[in-house]
Amino acid sequence: MSTTNTIEKQADLRAPIARVWRALSDSKEFGSWFGVALDAPFTPGKTTSGNITEKGYEHVRAEFHVDRVDERTHTLVFRWRPHAIDPNVDYSHEPYTTVTLALSEIPSGTRLAITETGFDGIPAARRAKAFEGNASGWAQQAVHIADYLAKHA
Amino acid sequence: MSALAVKQSAPVFAALGDPTRLRLVARLAHGEPLSISQLTEGERVTRQAITKHLEVLADAGLVTDHKRGRERLYALEAAPLDDARRYLDQVSAQWDKAIARLRALVER
Repeated sequence: MSTTNTIEKQADLRAPIARVWRALSDSKEFGSWFGVALDAPFTPGKTTSGNITEKGYEHVRAEFHVDRVDERTHTLVFRWRPHAIDPNVDYSHEPYTTVTLALSEIPSGTRLAITETGFDGIPAARRAKAFEGNASGWAQQAVHIADYLAKHA
Repeated sequence: MSALAVKQSAPVFAALGDPTRLRLVARLAHGEPLSISQLTEGERVTRQAITKHLEVLADAGLVTDHKRGRERLYALEAAPLDDARRYLDQVSAQWDKAIARLRALVER
């Protein structure tokens, strides 16, 4: 597994698995913590979409292509395009990342395991663009300046 | 660009507003970490002065340093190859925020 292709997260929650599963599988509850106002429930094989509710990103419409909503294994799988936040960019030709949210019971409550994979398919230019407008974006510009100087010195 | 981003960028510009420091950034831009001795070579200023300049660049987040044996090596923080990694860090930070909100929802 390449180090830049996958994100893995784990969180132990002090709540029964049935409660956490509802927060995952009910698209309204999911939206309340994920930060998106979804217009349709999660149905395998179907797409649901909605605007991001986080301040500053309200113009972003996120689409969730639902692959699995499995109550027996407490697993939710969807594909989406993270960070597709520029209203002037057409992201429709870009590949998706796949997000798997899986729950398991532990003595203290519920363990949530998150895997998001497929980042290597996202164009390098867009990854770099995610930093524009922040300090590291300027640091990037400093490298361009330095490169220029090195070539023309 | 947000006001905060502008504020965060100011030290970067200040750090770059010096010919010696710009040359140091240019030399580190090749990607290979360099020691203070290596970076002092060819400069008309002292090793102490170069050390001070590197500290300014480090404070602005432009270079990082780590010890190798008795030497301290400096590397450019914003190497283009880091983009992929930093992109993941940003997506990862968003997951952390979302998990915190999920925790607040289900643990109440």
